Amino acid sequence: MTKNSSNFIVTIVLAGTLSLFLPWWSVMTAALVTSLFIPLKRTAVFFVPFFGILLFWAVYCFILSSANDFTLAKKIGQLLQIGGNPYLLILVTGILGGMAAGVAAIFGKQIVLLGKKG
Amino acid sequence: MKYLKLLISFVPVVGVFYALNTKLGTVPPLGKFLNPSSGIWQNETDESITGEIGIPGLTENVTVHYDELIIPHVFAQNEHDLYKAQGYLTAKHRLWQLEFQTHAAAGRLSEIFGEAALEYDRTERRRGMGYGAEQAIAFMEQYDTETLGFVQDYADGVNAYIDQLRPEDYPVEYKLLDYEPEAWTPKKTALLLMYMTKMLAGYDDDLEYTNMLRLVGKENFKLLFPDFFDRTEPVIPNDTDWSFIDVPQTELPGSQAVLDTIIETIDKPHPDNGSNNWAVSGARSVTGNPILANDPHLGLKLPAIWFVMQLSTPDHNVFGATIPGALSVISGFNQHIAWGETNATRDVIDWYKIEFNEDRTQYKYDDKWKDVTVRVEDIKIKDKENYKDSVLYTHHGPVVYDKNFKSDNERSGYAMRWIGHDGGNNQKTFIELNKAKNYEDYVDALQYWNAPAQNFVFASTTGDIALWIQGKFPNKWEGQGKFLMDGSDPENDWQSYIPQKFNAYTKNPERGFVSSANQHPVDENYPYYVFNDGYETYRNRVINAFFNSKEKFSVQDFRDLHNNTHNLKAEELVPYMLEQMDFSSLSEDEKEIYREIKAWRFNNDIDEVGPSIWRQWYGALYELLWDEFNDENTALTSPFTYQTIYLLKHHGNHPFMDVLATQDKVETAKDLFLMAFKEAASQLKEIKEEKGDYIWANYKGTYVGHLLQALPAFSKLDIPIGGDRNIVNATSENHGPSWRMIVEMTSPPTALGIYPGGQSGNPGSKYYDNFIDDWAAGRYHSLNFLQSNEASSAIIGTQTLIPMDHD
Repeated sequence: MTKNSSNFIVTIVLAGTLSLFLPWWSVMTAALVTSLFIPLKRTAVFFVPFFGILLFWAVYCFILSSANDFTLAKKIGQLLQIGGNPYLLILVTGILGGMAAGVAAIFGKQIVLLGKKG
Repeated sequence: MKYLKLLISFVPVVGVFYALNTKLGTVPPLGKFLNPSSGIWQNETDESITGEIGIPGLTENVTVHYDELIIPHVFAQNEHDLYKAQGYLTAKHRLWQLEFQTHAAAGRLSEIFGEAALEYDRTERRRGMGYGAEQAIAFMEQYDTETLGFVQDYADGVNAYIDQLRPEDYPVEYKLLDYEPEAWTPKKTALLLMYMTKMLAGYDDDLEYTNMLRLVGKENFKLLFPDFFDRTEPVIPNDTDWSFIDVPQTELPGSQAVLDTIIETIDKPHPDNGSNNWAVSGARSVTGNPILANDPHLGLKLPAIWFVMQLSTPDHNVFGATIPGALSVISGFNQHIAWGETNATRDVIDWYKIEFNEDRTQYKYDDKWKDVTVRVEDIKIKDKENYKDSVLYTHHGPVVYDKNFKSDNERSGYAMRWIGHDGGNNQKTFIELNKAKNYEDYVDALQYWNAPAQNFVFASTTGDIALWIQGKFPNKWEGQGKFLMDGSDPENDWQSYIPQKFNAYTKNPERGFVSSANQHPVDENYPYYVFNDGYETYRNRVINAFFNSKEKFSVQDFRDLHNNTHNLKAEELVPYMLEQMDFSSLSEDEKEIYREIKAWRFNNDIDEVGPSIWRQWYGALYELLWDEFNDENTALTSPFTYQTIYLLKHHGNHPFMDVLATQDKVETAKDLFLMAFKEAASQLKEIKEEKGDYIWANYKGTYVGHLLQALPAFSKLDIPIGGDRNIVNATSENHGPSWRMIVEMTSPPTALGIYPGGQSGNPGSKYYDNFIDDWAAGRYHSLNFLQSNEASSAIIGTQTLIPMDHD
């Protein structure tokens, strides 16, 4: 398994586990911790955890919302003025989570670099 | 270099965290709000209605059967368990609303919304909402610990639910506004009852009348605001014999109104808050069973003001509409009786001018100085320092207006005397009504009711019908409290109260029906002072005419009457205007509208254009007629509709008819009709160009708005329903029949009911607004009145609440 795919999977599993105890920023913690132990290179530093959390949140949202005919998602989309399309709200949710995870991972990467001999 | 990079990479972490974790303006903290583990996606669910739930403090199991409307049918073994279960279930389905309404009542909205709500909070506190709630609790502590015990049970039930919640379970609104529920207390129930008291007995125009009196003089005032209109069809029929009343009205002192100028007054409840109720006796019912109906007209809100439940113990079994925060059923029926309320609208707020000493520690009374007491209202404001407002209390009540609030006079103020501050035991009335078995029990239950005064309609399976006007009413001298009074003169105080047994009522009247629709309670023969304090004058006459139109009535007739859209108000003026108006000068467009209104049969149905034309025409006419009372620097009011129409028809040449803006001409009613018509026509033309038509459903655009300023995403808009204010189907834009109930007194009773909302308070539930379409179409639900703790075929889920030890 490449480092990219293991980071991807570990980020998701860790985020899932931490979300049982921590508030929403569990995804930031998960990405940070994963980036420390499975450091990635270049744009992958950001995009692997970004897509990992995006996928995690989007799938989770979809499962919850589709079971209820997207009743609330449509209303929240309207409330946030992005229209009544629930898939758009799911995507937005995923992107926000992914972004939070991505920036945390970049920070993690810098910590790793700090530890390395110069 | 590395450290710099580390630092730079940390900045977006902090930035993103802050942006997603903080409420920015009206945007909720998006990370908290949208994450799937604890954000709104966790609210994407409907109600759980099966399984077992442990509740601390229960003594025995409580079974809750849910039917497909998600009405809980509660079977408890004793009253304590019953009210615990009611608290628990209400919180389960309506937690946010439950708490929000009492925050609103207490003047605590700044805690949630910040400084924008401060003016509102100050008003509620100066109105003495919290003070009144404390008086009610103090009364119960002293005189009725049994009722207080039940109120505590309800609180325990609500708290049992709150304690089970994890943050992800909080209702959506908490997540949107970023705050958390707090523990429920008995005082919150008292606050909720104050909220109802304000809504229904918090309206008065005393200060506006004072300004009006100064402006127009005594004679004109009497013409504009007579104590009684030229025609009265009171709640208690005209021919009632009052000779049994042996306590006289308070004698008239030589007191004069204080003719101050009041610039601005506090916000008032919606003037349309009102209701219909009626009952026919067995003799006038097709089946021989009495039939009773009730429909309270309130703001149309989501979550709905009502929550329907069946509540039973081995000793009683009751069904009907509850209000989140109050115990027991408020409008409903049990195995023996049915009851419902309409507002009795009596003047139970008076205002006194207070003269202070130099440092405002004392006020003048009976030529002496009396100490004021100070109540410091400590108002929490989100993200800001608390605001402390010192409210001065006299023996009359709180000095609402003083130099710190809507007035600049250093040494004087206006104190409010309100029955709502008197403490009392309103909750007991409902607890007892729920258990009542006959007329005597009903009358017994009513004696505890102080405010808001209500017309309590009654019917029993044994064939009685009745209607009591119940409240605690001051026995006023003729004219007392219509205007601002001098607070230093003891003669102006409320001297005594009308003995409860002398409150007006009717039992099994000869005419075979009772009815009320917020009209005058009694005619002038009633021996106590009652004046027109905003009485309704149209619905009552349509209702009574209906019951005089034939001999026998069925449930279907009741349904038809609830949905009756006859516009008597328009019928009493439009033909006269059409006959008087000179229409030779009308343009082609205007003539078209003229033909439309001429063809209208005075029914406010959804596909008519007549109601829209009438609204515009009468609206413009009213503005033109009462233009002299449109003054930014003085709080004024205008005459009621009935008197306005009366004056137009009988005093068409009165100087009031003149339009001030036209200096070279003196208008009469006839001129006003034409001017208003032309104005209405141009407005209607504009509406037509913009929206395509002005048929009534579209013109009115009825909506049921979410409690948060009708947030469109959580509201139901453009509901096709007829009616309007002053019509039996009283649905205007955002106000109307908030609960419709019809009960036939079979044994056990059979009932229909519906309200514009749904049982769930969760906008993510399909049960949030699922009644609205049927309600708008005039349909009803059959209410499944279970006679034993067995799941019938109508039950779709059963949940058991089981006793659990405290931790």
